Amino acid sequence: MSAREAILARVRAATADVPAGEPPAWERERDAGPDSAYACERHEPAAERTARFAARVREHGARVVEIPDEPGAVAAAVGAACAALGIATALVPADFPAAWTPPGLRRVADEPPLEPAALALAEGVLTGAALGIADTGTIAFDGGAAQGRRALTLVPDVHVCVVRERQLVGSVPEGLEQLAAAARAGRPITLVSGPSATSDIAFERVVGVHGPRTLHVVLATSKTTAAAGAP
Amino acid sequence: MSASEFAERAHVALADAQLRGNLRTATGTIRARRAEAVGELADWEQLREAGRAIKERALRHLDVHLEQLEQTVTAAGGAVHWARDAEEANAIVVRLVEATGAREVVKVKSMATEEIALNAALERAGIVAVETDLAELIVQLAGEHPSHLLVPAIHKNKTEIRDLFRRHLPGCEQLGDDPAELAEAARRFLRERFLRARVGISGANFAVAETGTLCVVESEGNGRMCTTLPETLITVMGIEKVLPRFADLEVMLQLLPRSATGERMNPYTSLWTGVTRTHPPDGPQQLHLVLLDAGRTDVLADAVGRQALHCIRCSACLNVCPVFERTGGHAYGAAYQGPIGAILVPQLSGMREGASLPWASSLCGACYEVCPVKIDIPRVLVHLRGRLVRERADAAAAERAGMRGLARVLASPRAYRLAQALARPGLARLAGRRRAPWWARPAAGWLAERDLAPPPERTFRKWWRGRGSR
Repeated sequence: MSAREAILARVRAATADVPAGEPPAWERERDAGPDSAYACERHEPAAERTARFAARVREHGARVVEIPDEPGAVAAAVGAACAALGIATALVPADFPAAWTPPGLRRVADEPPLEPAALALAEGVLTGAALGIADTGTIAFDGGAAQGRRALTLVPDVHVCVVRERQLVGSVPEGLEQLAAAARAGRPITLVSGPSATSDIAFERVVGVHGPRTLHVVLATSKTTAAAGAP
Repeated sequence: MSASEFAERAHVALADAQLRGNLRTATGTIRARRAEAVGELADWEQLREAGRAIKERALRHLDVHLEQLEQTVTAAGGAVHWARDAEEANAIVVRLVEATGAREVVKVKSMATEEIALNAALERAGIVAVETDLAELIVQLAGEHPSHLLVPAIHKNKTEIRDLFRRHLPGCEQLGDDPAELAEAARRFLRERFLRARVGISGANFAVAETGTLCVVESEGNGRMCTTLPETLITVMGIEKVLPRFADLEVMLQLLPRSATGERMNPYTSLWTGVTRTHPPDGPQQLHLVLLDAGRTDVLADAVGRQALHCIRCSACLNVCPVFERTGGHAYGAAYQGPIGAILVPQLSGMREGASLPWASSLCGACYEVCPVKIDIPRVLVHLRGRLVRERADAAAAERAGMRGLARVLASPRAYRLAQALARPGLARLAGRRRAPWWARPAAGWLAERDLAPPPERTFRKWWRGRGSR
């Protein structure tokens, strides 16, 4: 008997007490009684969601700059971030909007795909994102538009990321529901909550181990929200 | 392992003041962080119940989900291998690495590969396994074993780590003991290895049967490096890690980070589904998944004990356990420590290892209260104590005989009266003594730790009878 057959036979013998006809997977819609009906959606005004997202991304140790969602403003904020971080040349995915790229920045394309050692020499990387989750201050990448492949947002030491307000969701369930399509299409998904960190040495949190040590988020908000959110 | 092995090792650990200090600080810090992160969610109890229900149902139909996972991973371009035990799993991984010609592999922290001692098997085949999680690297350089599921080097302070890095990492002879400086040294040492790695080895926190998606949850970015940069990725996963549906992640990814590190979300979560077919290709183009049994089907066969397989390795139960806080993880002598280790290790080994661990608990129940998937650890501990005493002739034979005798005495009023009359003079002579006389030798350990009160002048029965004549 192959290992596969042996293991499956042992599993079936071990679960012989399970009645036939029981649905094989728990489903919220069908099985959640009051004991397990957790919250899925956050009903709140967009401005509140945006403010929570920005605050929580900052709490993770990332920088967040809020600007109006206009190409000129995005390019200016990206340019200011690159200047402040000392980045003259950045890796930029081929489909990153040209209108978001500041005029002074030299773009390096991932064409043909760069070797890991070449990625390590890049000063920084500039991308968009798939979505943002306000509850947890998480930015998700799913290999979609303006994001490039995973190694791009991993190896360089500085990551400047543009997130648009309309990409924000309130909760983890809302975020994963949108990301399921990428998983079904075989695209990789990365959830990023702040820069890399460790607490392995004496439980002191150190920001910046192997992933980008600096995460700079340019948060493009609609004009009404930007006005409402202004102090 | 003898029935008293935990106690013997615990005595060694308890004598180490430095260790106890490190542990008290670390577990105290993480307990407070977890409480804050969990307190923030109004639906925490509902999430726990959903987490429990998802895992319970998945395990009751594990065969269905494993077959579906095999099908979806294969359809996405991965290869699935099955391993009945540690030896078979190690042989598969060694063969896969040898086929690539690589002599060095980078590893993400993985409890499954720790459990099967994969690094030793690779070393025997002449392959160097580099642990890339900071704490795992510390433990590996020290030639030790992890002492905590999540924080493997919790027993080491920064001075000890500095000395270790000075000895083992090139160019670090002048290193200081600031954690940021130590992390920077590890970054430089490991970056070189990530960039040249051709094979990565990982575990998996979750595997989704519906989509064939594998998931690694981490903080440092070493997990992303190992699962993204090499040409070949080999994932070794216990069969109990399978989740039926992608939507199940919405519960698990809320429960795990808050329970583990007390964060709203861990810095990095990687989810990959087979080989990407994008241009340019994204990540490893050779993907292998090794599904490991190694005793899990034995655990599944015990209707009470099987809930140990719900575990998502958050380690919240270790951090709240009064026994773990004092003895640390090495006293458990196994890859899984603390309360979850005490129910998992004996069951995974068919009760051959860790037979003393179900007694390494005061049954206070703190572990059950914090468990994000509601494993009733105290109940399983008591259940396993019963199983061990019944199944093992050599375990607690005297206790078993004593309990049987006591059951007979308590069943009959006459026998009880007689036993009481016989025992009272003896108990009176033992009261307040620390050293047991020859005739009380079996109670020597008990007397050494506790003061026996003298029996009252009148028994309850005597007082009850005399009550009317007052």
